[in-house]
Amino acid sequence: MKILIKIIILLILLPSKSFGLIEVDITRGNLDPLPIAVSPLSIDENSRQNFEKILKKRNIGDEISEIIEINLKTSGLFNPLNKDAFLQAPDIANLKPRFEDWNLIKAQALITGKVSFIDEKLRVEFRLWDVLAGKEMVALAFTTVPTNWRRVGHIITDKVYQRLTGEKGYFDTRIIYVAEEGPKTKRIKKLAIMDQDGANNKYLTLGNELVLTPRFNPTSQMVTYLSYFRNLPRVYLLDIETGMQEVVGDFPGMTFAPRFSPDGKKIIMSFAKDGNSEIYTMDLENRIVEKITNHPSIDTSPSFSPDGKFICFNSDRSGYQQIYVMKSDGSNVKRISFGKGLYGTPVWSPRGDLIAFTKLHKGKFYIGVMRTDGSGERLLTENFYQEAPSWSPNGRVLIFYRETKTDDKGEGFSAKLWSIDLTGYNERMVKTPTDASDPSWSSLLSN
Amino acid sequence: MKKSRIRNIDQGAIMKLNKILKNTLLIVFACFALSACATSKKTTGQMQGDVYTGTDTVEYLASGVPDRVFFATNESVLTTASRETLRKQAAYLRKNSKITIVLEGHADERGTREYNLALGERRANAAKDYLMTYGISSNRISVLSYGKERPVDSGSNPLAWSKNRRSVTVKAN
Repeated sequence: MKILIKIIILLILLPSKSFGLIEVDITRGNLDPLPIAVSPLSIDENSRQNFEKILKKRNIGDEISEIIEINLKTSGLFNPLNKDAFLQAPDIANLKPRFEDWNLIKAQALITGKVSFIDEKLRVEFRLWDVLAGKEMVALAFTTVPTNWRRVGHIITDKVYQRLTGEKGYFDTRIIYVAEEGPKTKRIKKLAIMDQDGANNKYLTLGNELVLTPRFNPTSQMVTYLSYFRNLPRVYLLDIETGMQEVVGDFPGMTFAPRFSPDGKKIIMSFAKDGNSEIYTMDLENRIVEKITNHPSIDTSPSFSPDGKFICFNSDRSGYQQIYVMKSDGSNVKRISFGKGLYGTPVWSPRGDLIAFTKLHKGKFYIGVMRTDGSGERLLTENFYQEAPSWSPNGRVLIFYRETKTDDKGEGFSAKLWSIDLTGYNERMVKTPTDASDPSWSSLLSN
Repeated sequence: MKKSRIRNIDQGAIMKLNKILKNTLLIVFACFALSACATSKKTTGQMQGDVYTGTDTVEYLASGVPDRVFFATNESVLTTASRETLRKQAAYLRKNSKITIVLEGHADERGTREYNLALGERRANAAKDYLMTYGISSNRISVLSYGKERPVDSGSNPLAWSKNRRSVTVKAN
């Protein structure tokens, strides 16, 4: 798989000096999404024909702008306007938008652009305009291999999102998850990977053995996961570019619940022996294994803070599943969850300020967030069964999985991925070809 | 007459229902009776507290030696009945000293995946410890947790969950 195909930013056309322009407040939820017009990227006939030959797409300019439009809409923060109402032709709009026309259809922001075929490559330029102020906000051009066209759409969305919200985007990313098929009692599970918008779905294992809980390395194209290969549940490391995999560490028993450290150099996981699960780390360079917890209870689901100084984890040392935080050497263990119910799957936000979790209370499952000292608990969504939140790289969106109740005959089971904004708004099912669980969000692939 | 038919159904001859009761009214009546029986069973017949006490899913290592024990929600404590089952298994394993076993620990679907993996391991080890106190050497026993990955009953109700919270003794050779 060619993952890190270089996208060269050829020229930066005046990152405009503009002040007091439109801004999107991402802390409020999507009550009032910003009306934005995505003018189709214009394309000359010669380029159009060349791309049609290579990519089997009639008009690649339209396709890329559609990706941008869907991304913006899915974020819940933007309201892409219907193209039928656009008055100005795409090629002319890209040169100089007639702002009165765009104002007339209530667009506050406008995206224009141009696609061309140059030296067998795909060149895309785009501009983001503030319609009310009549000013250019961003202008960029990329050149890349034509097969990278979807990523170009995602990168443009990231730039637009960043310019309008002030925070990095999360569109040029991928999701690794477990694809599920078959009856509940004999579920077949495979590792699968797809783009954040569901495109380019691929299976990474064949389903011969049970696989669970894949997690991305935040710094590379490596994944750690649990596999029941030869009926020995062990933590594995997989390079998605080469397909190479290896067992992590040499433990005389089950290792599980793996995650990478924020620098990508260690794996933190649980090792279970004689009815007791403890948390360990293994350094991937020198293979040194360290025992972090030491308690006769279950200690699992560890997750590092983004600065690497702390670890949150799940333990039942109080009698029931609760969330704890400790220093990364295992000292200063403090319980932070004190609400009613059981708490599991703590995951530290990439921004560092919050911990997302699963909560079970009175037969219902919740995905929620709390501050790292346990204060400010906020439940985002309630359902029959859901768990395992994973953060978008900018810490604004959570993806998790949800299972349905079976009927009286034990049928009708399904598992799907869902995403929700940190504000609790914009809950959406993430489409997958099969049932799905255990999602993990990658870092931004570019920049 | 009706009563005897319903008791028959209750004992598991549900397949015969349509054949026996062609009359719609009778079918409706039978359905009411069935659902009433089913609910009373859930609370009394097959569970004590929330520990499964039935035999629907149980298989046998040998005649009179059940292969599995059941647990309460979030617990790994062996009940009186579980200890009795494990003593039978220990006696059987002492007599058949070449047999090695895998204890497969399981949890129900009402818990997070990773915690359930740890809980399954803890349950299987509770069974292992008890077998060892009855003279079975630890090198004949290996432990494997499946967490909530391999339910025997796909139902989403307390009875199904009670069947799934289990440790199963499987012959490894």
